[in-house]
Parts: sequence; structure tokens; C-alpha cells
Amino acid sequence: MSRMKLVMVGNGMAGCRTLEELLKIAPDLYDITVFGAEPHPNYNRILLSPVLAGEMTVNEIILNSEQWYAEHGIRLHLGRQVTQIDRRARKVVAADGTEAPYDRLLLATGSTPFMLPVPGSDLPGVIGYRDIADTEAMIDAAQRHRHAVVIGGGLLGLEAANGLKLRGMDVTVVHVMPWLMERQLDRAAAGLLQQSLESRGLRFLLEKNTAELVRGESGRVCAVKFKDGESIPADLVVMAVGIRPNTALAQSTGLHCERGIVVSDTLQTFDPRIYAVGECAAHRGTAYGLVAPLFEQAKVAANHLAMYGIGRYTGSVTSTKLKVTGIDLFSAGDFTGGDDTEEITLNDPCGGVYKKVVLKDNRVVGAVLYGDTADGAWYVQLLKDRQDVHELRDHLLFGRTHLGDAGHKGASHAASLPDEAEICGCNGVCKGDIVKSIKTHGLFTLEDVRKHTKASSSCGSCTGLVEQILASCVGGAYQPADSATKPVCACTERSHEEVRKAIRDHKLLSIPQAMHFMEWKTPNGCATCRPALNYYLISTWPHEAKDDPQSRFINERAHANIQKDGTYSVVPRMWGGLTTPAELRRIADVAEKYAIPTVKCTGGARIDLLGIKKEDLPGVWKDLGMPSGHAYGKSIRTVKTCVGAEHCRFGTQLSMSMGVKLEKMLFGMWAPHKVKLAVSGCPRNCAEAGIKDVGVIGVDSGYEIYVAGNGGIKTEVAQFLCKVGNDEEVMETTGAFLQLYREEGWYLERTVHWMNRVGLDHVKKRVVEDAASRRALYERLLFALQGYADPWLERTREAALKREFEPITVPD
Amino acid sequence: MSDWKRICALQDIPPLGSRVVRLERHGDIAVFRTAADEVFALHDKCPHKGGPLSQGIVHGRQVTCPMHGWRLGLDSGQAADPDVGHTACVEARVEGGEVWLRA
Repeated sequence: MSRMKLVMVGNGMAGCRTLEELLKIAPDLYDITVFGAEPHPNYNRILLSPVLAGEMTVNEIILNSEQWYAEHGIRLHLGRQVTQIDRRARKVVAADGTEAPYDRLLLATGSTPFMLPVPGSDLPGVIGYRDIADTEAMIDAAQRHRHAVVIGGGLLGLEAANGLKLRGMDVTVVHVMPWLMERQLDRAAAGLLQQSLESRGLRFLLEKNTAELVRGESGRVCAVKFKDGESIPADLVVMAVGIRPNTALAQSTGLHCERGIVVSDTLQTFDPRIYAVGECAAHRGTAYGLVAPLFEQAKVAANHLAMYGIGRYTGSVTSTKLKVTGIDLFSAGDFTGGDDTEEITLNDPCGGVYKKVVLKDNRVVGAVLYGDTADGAWYVQLLKDRQDVHELRDHLLFGRTHLGDAGHKGASHAASLPDEAEICGCNGVCKGDIVKSIKTHGLFTLEDVRKHTKASSSCGSCTGLVEQILASCVGGAYQPADSATKPVCACTERSHEEVRKAIRDHKLLSIPQAMHFMEWKTPNGCATCRPALNYYLISTWPHEAKDDPQSRFINERAHANIQKDGTYSVVPRMWGGLTTPAELRRIADVAEKYAIPTVKCTGGARIDLLGIKKEDLPGVWKDLGMPSGHAYGKSIRTVKTCVGAEHCRFGTQLSMSMGVKLEKMLFGMWAPHKVKLAVSGCPRNCAEAGIKDVGVIGVDSGYEIYVAGNGGIKTEVAQFLCKVGNDEEVMETTGAFLQLYREEGWYLERTVHWMNRVGLDHVKKRVVEDAASRRALYERLLFALQGYADPWLERTREAALKREFEPITVPD
Repeated sequence: MSDWKRICALQDIPPLGSRVVRLERHGDIAVFRTAADEVFALHDKCPHKGGPLSQGIVHGRQVTCPMHGWRLGLDSGQAADPDVGHTACVEARVEGGEVWLRA
């Protein structure tokens, strides 16, 4: 059977991204032909400014080499402009007569710079700023001429002006509005920007209307004349007053166009065989001129071209970042505000820092940052997630730079770091490596950077720095994923929230059933989604959904922690950190019998036996005669206790016994991530309850309960949840809190991250204020944990379970 | 000299799972079973840092190494893009419910 024919008109970033997405999910569906009017393969248009500024070369910004097209069997027609679409015969025709038939047509014709309709706008020396040819014309003019005038004080105009200045020209920026970048900046930030650009030697004429471009003796432009009669010399005029979507081709074939080619949420035009993406398309009345929305469109268009038919594009939140080296400027969303919005601002003119966040109903709707843009991605995230920020208000402007505490020498601003600064302390990746990889491989997403460089792919503590580097390399093209709708992994379009909901609403009970129901794209998922699905199934439907060991990470399958040499470590359960001489004797005997090389105490007050061969595990467990310590699981780990009123002269409560009770109650509790508790007998808090998922602190009149602390990658101090009077209330409140986390948390989300997402108020409402809700949560937890058997004991007894640990020996 | 050896019954390997076969001359071999009951064998050593592939999660015709998440093709031993590396394959087949390796 011959393949269907896909023709793409326009060879820019949006179109090629669509092809890449398509090839990822349906590599063999189409026979693909691409027409590009420019003589270059797809390049990174947003990096033209660094090329103009002399910081990069044209070769460095090529995204898809001609070899890429060849490798994917794509017929590439460069330098050929399509002039006609024959919808009846389903073919396109280029200016040189080349024809190509199609079954599906993808229009990605982009846009052209708008040229002011003033006398002289067609003179030599007057150009727009759009492509490699324009950039080369500017570089060439800079070598031979002196006076440059940039008309338009927007993003593109300022980048052009900066580049021309660096190339040695005298540059004046003419802008019709009272301040620069009025669509992205408020007046205060624009003032700071103007000052900074003026100190680099740029001149500005604001509120100036261009009347005419004057022809010189040579025939080339020689001056710009304004409506007020003034004029300034100009050997080069760059028009950067806006772009117009290229719709002429679509219009000529009768497709409905408004500002751009009108497309639906599936990126289809009024002719369903014809799709349009990128700057040429108008979606719900908006034609986007920034690259990030184009990528989102590409993904949806590819999904429909691949005939999966599930993705909808519903519009984008856009953000911009000025790519002028040394100037840090960022804006997103609606920052001008209105009657129903509030603004929080931080203004430090001497320090050159200005920040404004616009809120509406306690949600971020826009942000402008100047001088310190490190938190731009965070604000976009808050904006997209529509997160209620009233709990963060008092420190919102100081940012989060969600960085871990260690591994990058305390740095929190990537822009100021040298290339050799180590960013990722886990994988030893320097800033220069990341920048190089982003540029040479044309990376735009955090996932891609992680894959290519490994930076932030282990503990993730440097994620914020990597995001900043990405944003500074690709500007507004970097968009943090909308965490609420981010797919679980590449196997599905569905988010964690959607997956949880489907499993709950449709009572899905097995992984194959869940994958089938939710139209998984891969036959049996991957190492990311399968453990998540397994957890969601068993936590939503306890005693009904069957646990799938093959969908668990090896530690949870082997019930021990794998080590770098492939051996395992064993941590026996010691309730509340208490042990006995008999247990210690058995541990000592086991360590000798199995020649265990390392015995150490853990941070959770347990004993760890390291360096055990997998086949010895069942024997070790049997000889220990102690239950599993679950030191390997996304599960309850330990309840750490201080000595408490049992022995301590300061103790107010029996913390050891409280800890033992909690730990016995929670035995076998699987959770989205590991869960650690601590109980201290008095506010001296020797058990360090302030950095635990649940921290219980005894006081004379009862217990205070703190939740969502964390002592690892980033120290997070637990927040006060409530005060209770007795042990039973501690059990019920702790159980209810953890059950809520188990029901709402996304897989691999620690309590602190879940609570940041849903808010402490929500947790208090469900766990503290509403007694019936607390009771119900607590009962659901107890029900889920009923009859949990010690996995170590099971594996010393049942032959079928032991098989996992036995190698097959075959004589040679 | 390599010749075919009977290893175990197919049902001794869990679907989407693996077993380690200890061969005196070849070291550890990881034998994988896919959801479609195909069987593949690789040397039990990830090309990245030597992680035991037999302990990974099997999906499609790939295994994800438990150490740092490299994905290796079960039928090719090749690391998936953008990682670069190769683990030696061992020929495997299923006959009458029995798994055979050529080693």
C-alpha cells in the first residue's frame, strides 16, 4: 500500500517542529515533501539577533541540516516558493512549476515584517528584520555605512538596534509610543531598559511619527523625515513595527482568513485536509508571533496528522525575554492590570532591579521583571497552573528559584556564572556544556536538556538553574510545562491528574486496562509511567487492583536497595528506632555469616547492611527474623523518635511509644513518594520533626502536628497543622493527612510539593476542620493497610516469590 | 564454540520481566520476556556504568537500566537516543515452551 502524501509549505520552526513531532509518533505514515522559499534548511529564527550581534554564526543556528531531511526520507525543495494550491486536484504548484500532490497539506508560511506605507519605504537600504538574508544585509551595511535608524522600539527592533551598534554603527531607535516595548513592559521597566541601552550608546526618539524616507544621491536611503519636520541621517533603515501573517496563498485558494489563516483547536483550516501552524495561523482570534505557542500547536497538529485525534490546542500564555546580552528583561501575561487586579512591585532603581507581579483573585495573571529575571519561569508556572498564591504573597517577589540547597555552591543566578561553573553537582555538568548542547542540538525544553546533558536529571536540585540557562539561550521560546496538564511521560498525552481521575471514575483495575482505556501510545508504557500507574491503581482500589511487581522499580520488586555494584542493602524494621539485644545479636550473626562488608546506622535511626548478593537476600531475611524496613520504597520509611518522657528529664510525652504506634499503624503504606515521620517528646525536638513529612512534637498539654517538611534536596521546614490532645488524635490526624496525600499526590511528588500545589488551607479543611472528612480519610487508610503481610517473610516462605532472587545456572 | 543450550521454561520468566542466567564462561546473561512472549538475551551489563540490566523495567522491546535510566534495545543491545552505547546480544529462541540460548 502506498503511503499518504503530506506536503508542507514553509520550512520554518513551526512547520519543522510539527514534522519532528509527527515522525516521533508516526514515522512511516506519510511520504513528506517540504517547500521552503528561503535557500536554507530550518534554522532557529530567534537566534538571528545573536548572529547580528556577532555572538553566533549562521551555521550555529541551523536546527535541521539537509542531512536530517534526507535521513527521514523527506523531499526538500529549497528556494522554491509555492504560488498556488489546487484544492480540487489536491496539489500545490511552485513558482518554478514544481508540483506536489497531497493527501494532507500543512501550511506554515510564517509572517513578513510590516513595512510602513510611507514614501521611500521601497528604497535600497530599507529592510525588514525577519530572515537570514535581512541579517546578512544588515551585517553588510554595517561594514560600509554609518547611520542606522531602527523604526520600532519593540523586542525585535531593540535586538536589531543592539546588534547594529555592536557592529559599529550609529543607531537611533524611533518609536511612536511614549515608552519602549509597550506591549511587554510597563513604563517603569521600560525606563530602566532605555537607560541601560542609552549607556551602551543607542539613541532614542520616542513619540515620533515617520513621515518619509528620503532618497540620497546614490539612490539609497539617506534620511528619515518625521511628521514634526525634523529629520535625521540614515544609510540603513530597519522596519520593526510588527509582522503580518502570510495568508496570501491560503486566501488565493479560498481558505477562510482573518488576521491569519483561521484554524480550529485541532489546527485544521476550513478545509479539513489542510492544517496551518505557526505565525500564519489565527487561532481563536490570535495569531502568535512568538515561538513557544508554535511548539504547542506543532504538537497538537502532529497528533492529528498521525491520526491519534486526541489533543486540542486551546491557546497559549506567552512570555518574552529580551535577548540583549547583559540586559535581563522578562515579561509574561497581562501586566498592565485593571480595576479588578492588584500589583505587587519591588523597585530598586540604583540596583537596577524592578519586579512587578499582577494578581487577580489571588492568582498571578502577569509579571514584568527587569534586572533579575531568575524567577520568570516560576511566575509563568504559577500563572499557567492558576495557583492560589495568597499564602505566598509576602515573599512572592523574592522568588523561589526552586533550587536545592547543595551541589552548585549556593549560586542562584545562572546568568552571572562563568561557563566553567558546575551547575549539576550529581552529573558534573558545567554551564558551558549546557549552553553548547542547547545551541548545537537546538534544544528548547528541560526534558531535552536533561536527555542530552544529564544536567538536573538525577536529584533535580539544579533544575531552576538549568531552566534559567535555557531561558537565557532561547528566550521566550522556553516555556515551563504547565504542570497541571503536563503528560505523565511520552507514552500518553494525559497528566497525572487526568490519569488518577480516570482510574477513579471508571474503576480501572489493571495496567493493561488503564492503558487501553486511556489510549496509551506505547504497548506497555515505560519505566516512568508504569510505576505511576501501578501506584495509582493500588492506592485507589486497595484489595481490588492487583499489584504488578514488573511495574515497580527494582528496589520495590527485590524489597532491598540496589547499590552501584549491583549488590543490595538490607535495613530491618526497628519500630520507632528501638531494638533489643536479641535482634542486635542476630544482625551481628547475619553480617558474619554472609560476609556483609558494611554495617552502618542510617539517618532514620536504623541499621543498614550493605553489599549483599541478590541471591542471599531471602536467607538474610530469614536469619534476621525481622520485618522489612521498607528503606527501599515509595512508602512509609521510618518514624524517628527521641527518648521522650520514658527516660528524658525534659520529656513531656512518651515519644518512643507514640512513634512505635504510628509506625505499626503505617506499616506497608505505599505512597506517591517516600514518607518519613518523627516524634519528639518536647519542643527541644531532638527527633528533628521539623523536616519530616509528618512531625509530631509533644508538649505538656498534648501534641503539635507539623506537616510537609523535607530534609533532602531542599530543606523545607514543616508547617504547623494543628494541636491535638492525645495519642488517638495523633493517629487519626496523621493517618488522615497521609491518606489525603496518598489520594491526591502525583507519583514521585513529596508531601511538600503536593501541599505547595494544593495549599495548606485545603489540607486543613479536609484534615482538621471537618471531623467527618478526617474520620473518613483515616478509615480509608486503615482499610487499605488491612492484612498487609511482611514482604520479607513471604519471600522466605513462598517458592514462587523466591524465584526472583535465584539465578539460573547452566554448565558450559 | 557456541552452541544452543536449554535454559529454562518460558514460564520461569515473568512477562515483562527477566532472569539472570549464570554461564561459567560468559558471566551473567540477562534473559528478557516481552509482553508478546518474545525472548531476548543481553550481557547483564549496561554500557553506561555497568548496571545490571536484568534488574530493569521491560517495556515494548526495551529495558530501562535501574542505575541511571538508560534505555537499551532488547533486540539490538543499542542505547536509545541521545545516549550512545552498546551491549552484546546473545541469540535466544523459544521452542515448545522452552527457552534456548546460543552461547
